[in-house]
Amino acid sequence: MSEERKYERVAYYPGCALEGTGHAYNRSTKAVGKALGLKLDEVKNWNCCGAMEVKNIDPKIQTYLSSRVMSIAANEMGHDVVMAPCNGCYHNLKKAEYDLEHDGKSREVVGRLSEKAGHETYEAGRVETIHALDWIKDGIGEDGLKAKVKNSLQSVKIANYYGCMYTRPRHIFPEKDKGPGSESTSEPHFMDDLLAAAGAENVDFPLKTACCGGAHTLSDSDISTKLVLNILEAAETAGADVIATECPTCHTGLEMHQIRAEKRLGRKTTVKILYFTQLLGIALGLSPRKVGVHENVSDSRGFLKEKGLA
Amino acid sequence: MPIHEQSLIRPENIRTHDELVLDGIDVSGHWSTFIEPRVVTDYNEALEDEIAALPGGENIHRCWQCGSCTNSCTVNAVNPDFNPRYWIYLIRMGMESELLRDRDIIWQCVSCNKCTYACPRDVEPEGVMKATAHWLEKKGHTPKSPSIIFDEIFADQVIARGKIEESSIIRKFLKRTGQPLMQDWLIAMARGLLMKLPVGLMRRMGLAMLFRPRTAGWSKARAALEEYVEECEREQRRALGLGNGKPE
Repeated sequence: MSEERKYERVAYYPGCALEGTGHAYNRSTKAVGKALGLKLDEVKNWNCCGAMEVKNIDPKIQTYLSSRVMSIAANEMGHDVVMAPCNGCYHNLKKAEYDLEHDGKSREVVGRLSEKAGHETYEAGRVETIHALDWIKDGIGEDGLKAKVKNSLQSVKIANYYGCMYTRPRHIFPEKDKGPGSESTSEPHFMDDLLAAAGAENVDFPLKTACCGGAHTLSDSDISTKLVLNILEAAETAGADVIATECPTCHTGLEMHQIRAEKRLGRKTTVKILYFTQLLGIALGLSPRKVGVHENVSDSRGFLKEKGLA
Repeated sequence: MPIHEQSLIRPENIRTHDELVLDGIDVSGHWSTFIEPRVVTDYNEALEDEIAALPGGENIHRCWQCGSCTNSCTVNAVNPDFNPRYWIYLIRMGMESELLRDRDIIWQCVSCNKCTYACPRDVEPEGVMKATAHWLEKKGHTPKSPSIIFDEIFADQVIARGKIEESSIIRKFLKRTGQPLMQDWLIAMARGLLMKLPVGLMRRMGLAMLFRPRTAGWSKARAALEEYVEECEREQRRALGLGNGKPE
């Protein structure tokens, strides 16, 4: 099958958070890639995509920032796929792709800025931006993953939390909502599928795409704490031991506001928070340290031992 | 006139009579809900155009008031006064003074994009919220919100260096908004981390704070972006009729 080699080697765009608070996500993504035989070439000399903040100064600056990353991957490295594990980076690259295809003013501004900055202008369609979920789901598939599981997650109950930026707004994700096999923007399932293949039991979690208030995690902490508490309590009510995450902003937000909710609102929750790549890595037989469990704020080491996974 | 659009009217302007007979017909209770007669003299006819001139506000004219944005809104679920549909209505009507009554909460939009997902008219209400928050600040109706202060610190660092270093942004933000760095929950978080981290990782994080990450050869991009930011600022001030279009 020609599809077999899909995504075997892709350009890797970790982004700023994965070098800071989300380092465990970076470490576990690389470790899982290695264990699965998927190769990553880090985008050379990348820059920040603009996260959630720069677009509020001017959206076209964000389009330019994201376009530069794609330009390097395409023009300097010869890649046609960029993989971004961070929902924010993934979203911004997708958004830039959409804007450059559909909006003449964006093309004009990006062309002008690229020329002044001294690099080739990115042209829409040169690369395909994918998330770490697509990378594993389409690069290895559930059957491929199952065959490599050494340490089944069978005793772990998981609430899969996708957040906002992976599915919304719909128009920047033209490949989603295309029926069987494609990702859904209203009820995403790629993370559920992968973790189920690793043996875990996914609980029925109604807040998969709820917002954690990540954009205002510091600037409006009280609202963020309430939003996160909703997610944590809903996961516990659904019977989850662990919330699996796929975004460093969501992940850190859940961890921070789990502590803040206890300190400020007296509402304690004990559900663990792990990146889905950490869970997959453990299922593939990697040690918790290899996938950076010790780098998380939420301490899952005892829990993993208890479940016989460490 | 009985009304069915209560969410568009301030509660104090709504009157319900327990017993009322009009032209011999009993219209007590629900059917006797009326809007207080009032005269609006302070329309700002340019309001919609001004919001549309700011990034994110471009599509406000498409709104047909279905209410999907407010219905799906994350912040509305926490605070019912946060009502994007109502603000879009006020802006399109030019009712500036009514809009100003909510000036302190409009910036609280968390950009979850549920509204933009739900909107059948591609208004992109999330962008309209950001444009409105900017409009309030640029016109001097509100001080800079914590959100825009955070955005500015963040964007300044990206434009200057190409990359960000999170801890310096957090420190700068807490300082500029007059909050103590030693928040109980931040301390608890840091303590939890420090107890588990290996020495090597701590050293790496310390180095990142001292030698901030930066993108090599960024200076030309920086100059181009700084120039572009100034250009945007000039254009926006001109569109809002502020001064001669020079940056503040």
